Amino acid sequence: MRVVVIGAGIIGAACALALVERGAEVVVVDRLGVAGETSSRCEGNLLVSDKAPGPEAALAIASNAMWRTLAGRLDADRRDGQPATEFEAKGGIVVAFPGGEAALERFAAAQRATGIRAETLDAAALASAEPHLSPEVAHAVRYPDDAQVQPSNATQALLAAAMRHGARLVVAEVTGPIGGPGRIAGVRTATGAIPADVVVNCAGPWSAEVASRLGARLDIRPRRGVILVTTPMPQRVFHKVYDSDYVGAVGSGDAALQTSIVVESTPGGTVLIGSSRERVGFDDRPGVAPAGAIAAKAVRLFPFLERTILLRSYFGFRPYAPDHLPVIGPDPEIAGLVHATGHEGAGIGLAPATAELVAHAVLDAPTDLDPTPFLPTRDGLRETA
Amino acid sequence: MTHVAILGGGPAGLAAAQGALAAGARVSLLDEGDRLGGQFWRHHERLTDPRLQHGWHRFERLRDALARGDARVHVGASVWSAEATDLGVRLRAVVGAADADARTAVDVEADAVVVATGAHDLALPVPGWTLPGVTTAGAAQALAKRDGVAVGRRTVVSGAGPFLLPVAQSLALVGSDVVGVLEASRITALAAGWLPRPWELAGKAGEFLQYAGGLARHRIPYRTGSGVVRVLGDERVEGVVVAALDADWHPIVGTEREVACDAVALGHGFAPRLEAALALGCDLRGDHRGRFVVVDDAQRTTTAQVFAAGEVTGIAGADAALAEGAVAGFLAAGGALGDPRLRGPVTARRRARAFARRLERAHGIRPGWTAWVDDATIVCRCEAVTRRAIAERADVPLRAMRLATRAGLGPCQGRTCGRAVEAIVAEAGGAPASVGFDRRPVLAPVRIGEVAALAATDPAT
Ligand SMILES: Cc1cc2nc3c(=O)[nH]c(=O)nc-3n(C[C@H](O)[C@H](O)[C@H](O)COP(=O)(O)OP(=O)(O)OC[C@H]3O[C@@H](n4cnc5c(N)ncnc54)[C@H](O)[C@@H]3O)c2cc1C
Ligand SMILES: Cc1cc2nc3c(=O)[nH]c(=O)nc-3n(C[C@H](O)[C@H](O)[C@H](O)COP(=O)(O)OP(=O)(O)OC[C@H]3O[C@@H](n4cnc5c(N)ncnc54)[C@H](O)[C@@H]3O)c2cc1C
Repeated sequence: MRVVVIGAGIIGAACALALVERGAEVVVVDRLGVAGETSSRCEGNLLVSDKAPGPEAALAIASNAMWRTLAGRLDADRRDGQPATEFEAKGGIVVAFPGGEAALERFAAAQRATGIRAETLDAAALASAEPHLSPEVAHAVRYPDDAQVQPSNATQALLAAAMRHGARLVVAEVTGPIGGPGRIAGVRTATGAIPADVVVNCAGPWSAEVASRLGARLDIRPRRGVILVTTPMPQRVFHKVYDSDYVGAVGSGDAALQTSIVVESTPGGTVLIGSSRERVGFDDRPGVAPAGAIAAKAVRLFPFLERTILLRSYFGFRPYAPDHLPVIGPDPEIAGLVHATGHEGAGIGLAPATAELVAHAVLDAPTDLDPTPFLPTRDGLRETA
Repeated sequence: MTHVAILGGGPAGLAAAQGALAAGARVSLLDEGDRLGGQFWRHHERLTDPRLQHGWHRFERLRDALARGDARVHVGASVWSAEATDLGVRLRAVVGAADADARTAVDVEADAVVVATGAHDLALPVPGWTLPGVTTAGAAQALAKRDGVAVGRRTVVSGAGPFLLPVAQSLALVGSDVVGVLEASRITALAAGWLPRPWELAGKAGEFLQYAGGLARHRIPYRTGSGVVRVLGDERVEGVVVAALDADWHPIVGTEREVACDAVALGHGFAPRLEAALALGCDLRGDHRGRFVVVDDAQRTTTAQVFAAGEVTGIAGADAALAEGAVAGFLAAGGALGDPRLRGPVTARRRARAFARRLERAHGIRPGWTAWVDDATIVCRCEAVTRRAIAERADVPLRAMRLATRAGLGPCQGRTCGRAVEAIVAEAGGAPASVGFDRRPVLAPVRIGEVAALAATDPAT
């Protein structure tokens, strides 16, 4: 089975590895190369804490478990000069300010019912876990399973592993399909055609455009997010710490600027503060408004940040579907075309499980995961975003 | 009345302010330095030796024009954000020392802006360049000019370009023994750049003769086709290895010799400070060997109401910066290019640009320098990233390479190493990047609390 994977972001790289390990002949095509886009413009949180019970939570729980073995394997097989995934199971702490306690506790209780570990912390436990947190914080829940990877490095490691198994990377832009209407037999690129039995669209926020170049219809749009990075300092943030006001933000369809704050330290000693959500197309000049809003919330969580120096900021575009669920599975109209996209703010976390679903769709490989909620044929994709 | 913001108070920015005032505008000028003057007229009211200053009267006239006109001058003001808006431009700055308790926010909204952010000097990596005692030529110059301090007792000055001459002279005047000035370019390149059409050089020739005379007076040898290819020492600089360089700046095997010294000043050229122009959406030209803001005859960039002048448009020296600034300021204020008052600057600009072409022909960085950098040489000093680490990741997109190696992710954000890293990537077969390391959305260090303050005041957030 010859498979072309379009996109060498985290999703394409994970799919390539899963497919090549199960015996497919894989060519990954990306116009920039590995990890040139969203998967290098995000954070690497592997979260269960932000998932309300539902199909995405189930996928996230499964994927979170898969990351633990996958990261170990990638790091063990790593060659000279190749970066580590920096997997770290540091756990997350979600906090609420006065007035938000009940909502957070209700959310956590619902999650516990689905098997997510969520431990309510008393004041003393919180103070020892995060001593620099604002005294204003009224309630806290710890999620021991929240973890992280360095997303760009993890993407590079996934693709390197796939290539060691025989996958090939072609750096070229996909411009169209080979094959007649209703059936795809490969892709045309700026530098030549690549025949294939199956084509997997992992083009992230550009998946809609790629789908349309291949004659398919897919509603995936970009949602801009800005992240702030401080100068390095002695560690004062020990977990991923979130403001629980995100409960509700991910699913919101509102186009205006929204923020939900995650503060955490990186191995390099910098503090990462993310992030905002705005629907502004591919506008690449965020200006200062998102940074201002993020900074204000971060200082409220950790007052010491007030005097911390902002070193840099960056932004990326989350690929999202109208119903805010990933789109994974065969295209309803074009035989041989499979989509794996629309992971919005969770593509890093969901990559291993997505790859398993893609292997299932392409090679009929066995899986315990339920593909149904994510199929491109679902009704939710026909809603207007 | 038109309001013109000017970002940078060096020769270009000062001339732009004067031009904008002459055309009837109101001016706000911001510079992060404690004093106006930029790199060229860097000074200290008490400590600076007047023999180190050139064209000081011109500076005083420009400063006076600002003082007399309808101008607000903000010194010590780091501009950390520049945005093009529907109405014009908006600059945000903080005033005050980095460790001050409270700093003031300065928010300038203007109809147009002149970006005159200048350049910083560029030192290419050399094995051993992380030893204490190695500085950039610009830092050595700044210490000498502003504080009257010499970087060492026995200093070797190495790199390329006429800038090495005033650096050596300043070092000599503040009491360092300058062992030699090593110019990487060969005499043939220098001749090709400098000998044709000598009449274009009118004023410049005098300046060089003055510097050359200074070197001779201090008995400082000037050697062409030569450079420091390794810095020696355990704890700090104890000497250097000097080699002859071929036309491409490859060290010539067998010509190496050791020279004892306790300080090295490296200056291989200049890198413009492009982040403000990029934040304003201006197009650039060039590649990792040199990227500059695209401007037309009116010094207009590709973004409406954004003008650029000085080293950001090309490395051409202070005269060019002054001429471009005058044009940019006058036009940003709504003046016309054909105005008789611009005749002088337009002529001076033409002459200065011819000078810039010569400069590039004679002294422009040649690709062979990477041959003196070995695998273990640290290229990104902030994150201690070696040449080998960078070359091994050259085949991935620049963004992914940076995250994998951490090159350019440290406190200087690639300001020091960006060009060198890009050159090593290019040499190892990596794909060229359109703006490389030059995009820095946070233009200057700012506190999270100061950014947060926007949320309280700005209705947009
Ligand atoms: C600010 C921010 C923070 C985030 N934080 C997290 C987080 O903490 N945890 C988490 O799990 N997720 C996070 N995400 C989401 C995550 O980054 C994305 O879901 C994920 O990176 C998407 O990966 P991808 O492979 O689908 O897309 P991409 O990484 O964008 O890859 C798509 C690739 O397709 C290529 N391509 C596009 N068009 C073509 C074409 N025509 N021909 C060839 N190639 C093409 C592109 O070059 C690109 O390399 C965040 C996102 C943002 C923006
Ligand atoms: C280190 C150094 C030393 C030099 N010494 C000499 C010399 O001795 N003799 C000689 O002939 N030439 C010298 N030059 C070259 C000469 O300085 C330039 O030709 C000339 O100064 C260019 O003028 P400019 O106005 O374009 O830039 P500059 O003089 O560099 O002025 C730019 C100004 O913009 C300000 N700025 C930039 N970004 C920001 C920001 N975000 N916020 C606030 N302010 C900002 C800077 O503080 C600076 O004052 C030197 C250059 C450098 C880099």
